[in-house]
Amino acid sequence: MKGIGVSPGISIGRAFIIKSANAVSSDIVLDNDEAKKIEIEKFDKAVHDAISEVESFKTNKNLCLSSGDIEILDTQIEFLSDPQIKSDVYDKINFESKTAHDAVIEVIVAAVLMFKNIDDEYLSARSADVQDSGNRIIKHLSNNRFQFDQIFDENTILIAEDIAPSDTITLDIAKIAGFATQSGGKTSHAAIIAKAKGIPAVVACGSDLLLIENDDTVILDGSTGEVIIRPDFNTIEVYKLKQKIFYQESALLKSLLNLPATTTDGHNVKLFANISNADDLEKVFENGGEGVGLLRTELLFMGRNSFPSEDEQFHFYKQVGIKSKSKPVVIRTIDIGGDKQLSYFGIPHENNPFLGYRAIRICLNQKEIFLTQIKAVLRASAFGKLKIMFPMICNVDEVRQSIECVNQVKHELSLSGTKYDNSIELGIMIEIPSAALMADILAREVDFFSIGTNDLCQYTLAVDRMNDKVSSLYNHFNPGVLRLIQSVIDQAHKQKKHVSMCGEMASDPLATLLLLGMGLDEFSMGASSIPNIKNIIIRNSLSKAEEVCRRVMGMDNSDNITAYLQKVSK
Amino acid sequence: MISKDYIILDPHGMHARPATVLLKLARQYKSNISLQKDGKQVQMKSMLNILALSAKCGDTISVIIDGEDESSASLALDSFFNEEMKNF
Repeated sequence: MKGIGVSPGISIGRAFIIKSANAVSSDIVLDNDEAKKIEIEKFDKAVHDAISEVESFKTNKNLCLSSGDIEILDTQIEFLSDPQIKSDVYDKINFESKTAHDAVIEVIVAAVLMFKNIDDEYLSARSADVQDSGNRIIKHLSNNRFQFDQIFDENTILIAEDIAPSDTITLDIAKIAGFATQSGGKTSHAAIIAKAKGIPAVVACGSDLLLIENDDTVILDGSTGEVIIRPDFNTIEVYKLKQKIFYQESALLKSLLNLPATTTDGHNVKLFANISNADDLEKVFENGGEGVGLLRTELLFMGRNSFPSEDEQFHFYKQVGIKSKSKPVVIRTIDIGGDKQLSYFGIPHENNPFLGYRAIRICLNQKEIFLTQIKAVLRASAFGKLKIMFPMICNVDEVRQSIECVNQVKHELSLSGTKYDNSIELGIMIEIPSAALMADILAREVDFFSIGTNDLCQYTLAVDRMNDKVSSLYNHFNPGVLRLIQSVIDQAHKQKKHVSMCGEMASDPLATLLLLGMGLDEFSMGASSIPNIKNIIIRNSLSKAEEVCRRVMGMDNSDNITAYLQKVSK
Repeated sequence: MISKDYIILDPHGMHARPATVLLKLARQYKSNISLQKDGKQVQMKSMLNILALSAKCGDTISVIIDGEDESSASLALDSFFNEEMKNF
């Protein structure tokens, strides 16, 4: 069976099933004012008792609460003492003659529904907090004192319909090996807690979860969302091995997370991530990324019928700006053409699309597309440390024209009094050999370079990577490619400009020492590659990397270079 | 009366945790404080009502403060919306 894996890790254990008793309305109608008064008193007392109960959790030393746990309990107290809920319940008792019990159920159902209808995954998942508060009041109203203070055996896997926020605190969570729930989502409370405590968890398994019985052996894979009931011996062995690998990898990740990417002799580089939208940022920070070296904007333009408006684009970049927590984000202007075609923007058939009408060439020819994007990015630059990067530059004219476009938009924004970052950094992609060869000229015009190794290799070697007959010639360790990269870095450094790399080579562990030795300042890659590359950097010295670089630059073919790099990286 | 606009900086919007802190903050002042978004105005007393505004990351929310200590309340709210909101 498969659910949504919300907290990675593998647990193998015995099932413990929690059955939640759903409160049912009594449908009793109160027939006099005295009865209503009693019901109101009952409600007030239940709320009071419920708050005292939560307050007692806060001071219970056995629970070892973190500051985050205390905040959850405080939130619960706010819900319990909410004046809106209180007045709604009073109204139902006074004007609809409901019992306190029925009134609470109805008010909570309405509030939960309101939350579920909010068009935002995170906020709508907060319905669980309201439900939790309602359940607690009901519990005190009905003298049903069932407590979640059960002591669990080692390796217990909890199986439940859902786990309420306060349950995750009062449950003896240290003993739990994992949990699986029928409902819930990625941002449900239980999922967040499981992640924070490092307990594997799978949610939204659906009714298949009912097939599990108490004490069944269960395997949970919190990464893939897999739940295996009564596995055979071989399956258990396979998952034990997976579990071991996961522990090793996560221990490495954890030990590296907050360390800077600094060599043993104190040389610091930056590790950035390549992303496509604001939601990717969470993964970047989880992996210890220090910012974004490449935000591809193509996603924003694909899968639709017309160009996105300035406001649509602004919203997209603003989200990125806000969620990037003041860390730098390099936004690449639209890179369509070549192998990336838009249905609503017909480019006539070309014999050589990779040598054709694409990226900056389109932007400088059809400036309205370009200016709209630049305006949206500049407006968003008031919300984060954004930078702009132009792709497919082959001469200095393109750079000057692009910068002129930025200046034009800046002028317009200033006139209209719109906020933007006036000192926003501008850079270019180095992915065409001519640009690499005249890096000294281009470096005078911009703040930074980013080397796009995928296209640079393809254009330098005249190899189409997708053509099986020649793809074996494609190799970023070709001495010609390496000389180009070295020269780009040297020329930029002469003019005190920094150089990043956002192609696949930046995430190739074999290339890390070499690039470090060449003097590369920033590596940008898929977020999940960051820990591995960081691990290489912090275990080596710059002087060793420079020696590796010297040796490699003395070799005459990529096979020897690869063999040598394999040897030194062991 | 002081009225100010803020942009919600928390990536998850105005969710339960910042709302809890905000409620506690508002309670320290005598002034009447309310929030307004998309024409809907709510008193800063009820968690339910604050969350019901469903203010998402990047949305603009207006805060209206009225009372004898409105200027000190306004300063505290400034630092809440401009700084603290980033760290939930």
